[in-house]
Amino acid sequence: MQQKIIPHLFRTEYRKIVSVLCRRFGLDQVEIAEDLASDTFVTAAQTWAMKGLPPNPTAWLYNVAKNKARNHLQRNSVFDSKVSPAIQTNTLELYETEIDLSPQNINDSQLQMMFAICHPSISNEAQIGLSLRILCGFGIEEIADAFLSNKETINKRLFRAKEKLREQKVNIEIPGDAEIDERLAPVLTTIYLLFNEGYYSESQNNTLRKDLCLEAMRLCTMLVENRQTNKPQVNALLALICFHASRFEARINQNGEYVLYDEQDTSLWDPELISKGAYFLYRAASGNQLSKYHLEATIAYWRTQKADTRQKWEAVLQLYDQLLQIEYSPIAALNRVFVLSKIAGKAQAIADAEELKLTDNHFYFTLLGELYVGIDDGEAKLNLQKALGLAKTNTDKQTIQKKIDILTNLPLSS
Amino acid sequence: MLIFRHMDGGKIASPEQMQVWMQQTMDWLASIGAQGKYDGRGNGLVFDNARVVHHNKTVTNGPFGEIKETLGGYVIVKAESADEAAEFAKGSPILQGEGNTIEVRQLAREDGVH
Repeated sequence: MQQKIIPHLFRTEYRKIVSVLCRRFGLDQVEIAEDLASDTFVTAAQTWAMKGLPPNPTAWLYNVAKNKARNHLQRNSVFDSKVSPAIQTNTLELYETEIDLSPQNINDSQLQMMFAICHPSISNEAQIGLSLRILCGFGIEEIADAFLSNKETINKRLFRAKEKLREQKVNIEIPGDAEIDERLAPVLTTIYLLFNEGYYSESQNNTLRKDLCLEAMRLCTMLVENRQTNKPQVNALLALICFHASRFEARINQNGEYVLYDEQDTSLWDPELISKGAYFLYRAASGNQLSKYHLEATIAYWRTQKADTRQKWEAVLQLYDQLLQIEYSPIAALNRVFVLSKIAGKAQAIADAEELKLTDNHFYFTLLGELYVGIDDGEAKLNLQKALGLAKTNTDKQTIQKKIDILTNLPLSS
Repeated sequence: MLIFRHMDGGKIASPEQMQVWMQQTMDWLASIGAQGKYDGRGNGLVFDNARVVHHNKTVTNGPFGEIKETLGGYVIVKAESADEAAEFAKGSPILQGEGNTIEVRQLAREDGVH
């Protein structure tokens, strides 16, 4: 029993304990907060193995965490009073205050930690790494797996990020209304990338990938549920996540292989997530600020409508045009060309695609290959071969090779 | 699954309800789009230097389904090295706009083993 419940509680409670302790101690002591929280679980494992499971394991964990925090502060206060009388009052004050593990304080602490971790002074990958560790309770090994990296690299990355936050003297707080939009931007980017990592990760661990997506959804939901952070762009991001996550079960088959959109079994699409997406998108449609999340979420909505109508593709094309104006990205541009081919035909799309000249991107050639099929199969094959040469992962190589094989078995059209 | 406190009643909205939500969303998008400068004819890319990728902004290759899900594979920017990622960014037409920069960050280390 303990073998199963401890990892489960670690995932749900570790992050809460760390956030509350860190908020109390300050971000400069984040390692101590992490150590105390980890230590709490070590004590739980030892005690529960001997004495059995307590009636309320979570409350038990909170009590032990509180005691450990109190002991730590007490030790520090003794040390400080001898070594550094100047900061004694401050530490005593901390010691005298009860560690507050009420649901309200847990929630507030987690939100504040979100802003502290997603501070513009550290890189995106560090923000995601720290978020996974501190806000989501992921183990270093799991983070390494998600990033296709190793424990050592992740540990170094997280260590450096914490150093940086210390140097910057980042406060643990929700920014005021005046700067909330600006500070929300990196928080939303982190959630977006976290979702992306789960949705498009190369990791073979499907459970882990799903967890990443659900964590992104959970963090975004926390923001939507808070008055200060319940902004249109946050609702739009949540809508985006819901729409895409609705296909999670249909995207991977029983052998763990990727299933392309057109071949997905739509009965596996989750109608609950689709309707949640529509609800949050509707809530996002207010104010006079159009974020990229609004556009991407609306594109994602059309993605949940399988019908191949002109109305749909025209709407999506317009959304891509707007998206490219707000934030250009090569992939968005390639996507736009794909959509254009549905409306203006392949020839027009080829002309537009070739203007992009993304000649070091294998998707550029995959798309061109796809567009040339039926127009000039020889050219199609040539482009796919270029794509194959540029593709770096086995998944991509296999997908492209399959397309080449199909073409090879067809009579050439020109 | 997460509990969405904002959802009233049933877990799945009726198709009619969805229709209402989406219609209002589309109307709002149209009204906002009308205010902004934007070429809706869909012929070529329109770059407004003031609004495209700003310095120090991370380019993310979002989960916009079409290419990734329809053509297959994964398109998070994955490069063997930072240099290669920089090369990738250089290929972007946005750099033709003076003063614009694109920052491509490496998110996952690609080892090609999988």
